[in-house]
Parts: sequence; structure tokens; C-alpha cells
Amino acid sequence: MKAVISVIGQDRVGILAMVANICAEHNVNVLEVSQTIVDGVFSMTMICDLEKLNITMDDFASKFEAFGEENNLVIRVMNYEIFQAMHSI
Amino acid sequence: MQTDKILETIKMIDEECLDIRTITMGISLLDCADPDIHESCKKVENKICRLAKDLVKVGDDISREFGIPVVNKRISVTPIALLVAASGGDPVEYALTLERCAQKLGVNFIGGYSALVQKGFAKGDRELIESIPRALTLTQHVCSSVNIGSTKAGINMDAVKKMGQVVRTCAEMTADDNCMAAAKLVVFCNAPEDNPFMAGAFHGVGEADCVINVGVSGPGVVRAALAKLDKNASMDEVADLIKRTAFKITRMGQMVGREASKRLGVPFGIVDLSLAPTPAIGDSVAYILEEMGLDTCGAYGTTACLALLNDAVKKGGVMATSHVGGLSGAFIPVSEDAGMIAAASKGVLTLEKLEAMTAVCSVGLDMIVVDGNTSAEIISGVIADEAAIGMVNTKTTAVRIIPAIGKKVGEVLDFGGLLGSGPVIAINQTGNSIFVNRGGRIPAPLQALKN
Repeated sequence: MKAVISVIGQDRVGILAMVANICAEHNVNVLEVSQTIVDGVFSMTMICDLEKLNITMDDFASKFEAFGEENNLVIRVMNYEIFQAMHSI
Repeated sequence: MQTDKILETIKMIDEECLDIRTITMGISLLDCADPDIHESCKKVENKICRLAKDLVKVGDDISREFGIPVVNKRISVTPIALLVAASGGDPVEYALTLERCAQKLGVNFIGGYSALVQKGFAKGDRELIESIPRALTLTQHVCSSVNIGSTKAGINMDAVKKMGQVVRTCAEMTADDNCMAAAKLVVFCNAPEDNPFMAGAFHGVGEADCVINVGVSGPGVVRAALAKLDKNASMDEVADLIKRTAFKITRMGQMVGREASKRLGVPFGIVDLSLAPTPAIGDSVAYILEEMGLDTCGAYGTTACLALLNDAVKKGGVMATSHVGGLSGAFIPVSEDAGMIAAASKGVLTLEKLEAMTAVCSVGLDMIVVDGNTSAEIISGVIADEAAIGMVNTKTTAVRIIPAIGKKVGEVLDFGGLLGSGPVIAINQTGNSIFVNRGGRIPAPLQALKN
């Protein structure tokens, strides 16, 4: 299964690195990253492959949510299919 | 996939109240009919609890995995009057059985305490209709509907008269609970048999044994899209923008429906393309109409704007899903829509205007609170007029009207939750009792003769 990890929040050093690190810890391969900073607001979307994820999707999402809260970021993990359904025919 | 597309979807969910309004499992109870009502109820409970045991869990799982809220998980069943026909006995026993199922399974509502009497009363129908006030008073989750007319059959005026009394009794019996029973009862003309939305959902006899139907939402998304449009943009552009937005919303519904059907091992029925508002700020159909250029919903132009909205939602949605069904259009439930509540409180949105709007929207007079002294005959008159609009225009119309016992125009009836709160609005009290008491049937119109 492919998933989108979206991260939005105040910019600072190391956000991408930390998010990528959690992915690596759980055997998640990052396929595509897109990141912008507008007026100090960091916004990133990361498309990942969760095929070999070593915990459940629910735990993986919870982990990111908790991490986001600690670091003042809004992080979501969502099944990629929802975006495909909405934006491609 | 471009980042802006991903962020657009996330914004719709986070800021514009996009959600899947309901996953409704339709269950046929025809095989539960038994000459002994206790036996019949036992079979009903077993079948519902067996088929829907994972419904709430699957809804929550999908919500979690895809990041889209699935707000309600509901069940609709075969009209209970059909079971009463076989079993006899006190129909309320079925209502209590359905309530037990709803509580055990954790669903929000269970619909189908219903009778279809558009052409006449069969065995079981009168008993069921008579029992509606008691059934809805003794239960919290059971919803009831009665179909009293159709384009094919005309309008059953005996049933219209009866339903005026039933609505009134429902309100009286729950006067100390905001007349809640009347809010769980819908009187239909041309009732759809695969509607996933409450309170009017039931599982038609032509349906499969068990299906999953999905109702999407998204007034907030349409409004946000329109807000970005230039105020000088033509109505063609408005229609086009609504179509494109409705397409996206419906694709989401289609995907969730397919996923739920796969996980539950139950065939996928339909997506209902309705724009269903909630009392939440920003989730209002009235605000969409106002965004089109009306100062307040109810102003002249409202019916035209609603006609465009209703049509554009269908045109956009129909290509996004394999099977469209249910009510599919724009809902205008007054108490469930922040913009409608405001417009009605100001006196701009009147009952007469709402009646006109029901000729072009997907439902009818929905969640309208009127003076507590309104007689059963007046309510029957409202039902007859609505049914006539539906019958002649070959569309669904419905009446869900709540006489607020003990309250007068200007006061407010607060249901809480999804049902919201409604200001008591003025209703024309001119007598009509000779008409209502005539009974009989209004013949089907020429539109019925299509063969």
C-alpha cells in the first residue's frame, strides 16, 4: 500500500530528516518528496511505500501524530488511494 | 501526484467539513417473517446483528486509514409493515428489537419502521402507522417513514389525513423531549428504496439481501470553491465550478463505498450524491446559495440558485460513480443548516419559500419547526401539497415537520447533535378540514402513463 505523509507547521532545521528517520525505522521506503516553505510555514508531502511496514498502519499514523504534536507540526498519514480517487479519472 | 492536489484534499477535509456522511447497510428482513411475532423479532435481531457486526468497526477503520471522517454508520431494513402483515401482534415489539440492535452494534440510526401505502393500506400497514408515535417515543435510534403518494399511484388521501394526526401525536408524546419523535418521522411521496440518509432510509423490497449504500457530504467544499470565484463570473461559470467540485466529492464517496463493501463482504449498492448540511459553521447549503449572490437565503432568486445547484451536483457526481441512487441532490433541512436557521430566524426564509424550493431540490420540507398549536389537519394539508409537488414533478418530496408543543413563533426548539435547532416559523393556519376529511385518492397524473 502507498501512503501520503503530509507535514505542515513552523519551519525549522531537521523536519525532513526526522520524518524520514521515522520512516526508515519502520522499514518504509520514501518514493517521492515535495517540500516548500512560504512565509516561514513548512509544508511537505511525502509519498511512501508501506508494503514492508513493520508495525500496523494505525500505530504508524499514531506515532507520527504524537511526533507532530511534540514538535508543533500537523502530520497525517493517509492512504494514497484517496488522492488518486479524487484527482485522477 | 502534485503537492497542490494533495493539499487541496487535506484542506477540504480539515477546513471545509468534507466527510462521508454515512455508510448505510441495507438489510432485507423478508426471510425473517414468521406467524409468531416473538419468533419474527428473534430472527430480525439475529440477522441484523450477524450482517452488521463489523459495520461500525469497518467505518472507523476506513476513516482512520484514509483520513476522511466517516461520520455516521447506519442500518436500513425492509419496511416493518411487511413483517407485521405476516406476524400480526403489536408492531412496537419490532421497534424495540431494532433499538436493541442499534445499541448492540453502536450505529447512529436504524431506519425502516415504515409502511408503503401510496395506493392503499394492506394488512399490517394501519397497525404500523398507528403505532409510530409509541414506537418513536420508546426508542432513540429507530427512524420511521411512510410513503403516501407516488407519480404512478397518485396520493392516498386517507393516509395523508392519518399522517397529520400521527405527526401531531408524535410531537405531543415527546413534548418534554423537544418533540423528538416527530423529528424521526418522514412522510414521503415517491420514496426512494435505496436512500442511505435518515430519517427516511428503508431497504426496498426490490433490493438485494444486503447492500452498502454511501451518502457523501460537502456543502462547505462547494461554498469554499464558489467563494474564490469572481463576483462578476456568469452563472455558467458557477454551474461549471459546482460540477467539478461535486465530481471530486463523489469520487471520494465511490472509493469509500467500494472499500467498505470489500471489507464487509457485502455488495456495493449506490452513492447518494446529496449535499447534506450539518449545523456546523461552514457546512451549510444556505451559505452556498448566498455565495451565489443572495444577501440571505430566502430572497427572490433562491429557488433559481437552488435549481442550478441541485442540477450541477448531479451532473458532476453522476460521472464519478458507477451507480447513483437515493435522493441525490441538495438537502434543505432547516434546523440542520446554520445558514437556514439564521435566515428563518430573520423571517426571510418562510415556509412558502421553502415549499417552492422543494420543487427543485432533492427532498422536501425537512426539519421545519412550527407553532405547537398547529392542528393535525393543517399538517395533513402541508403533506398533501408537498406530495402533489412530488407526484406531478416525478420527484421525491417529503415532509418532516415538528409542531413545537408549547412554543410559539420566534421561540427555538433545540434537538442537539446532527438534528440541530430550529426557530419556530410561521405557518398559515387557514382551515382546510373539509378537504382533509374527504379521504379517498387523488388520481395519478398523466405523467404516470408512460407505457
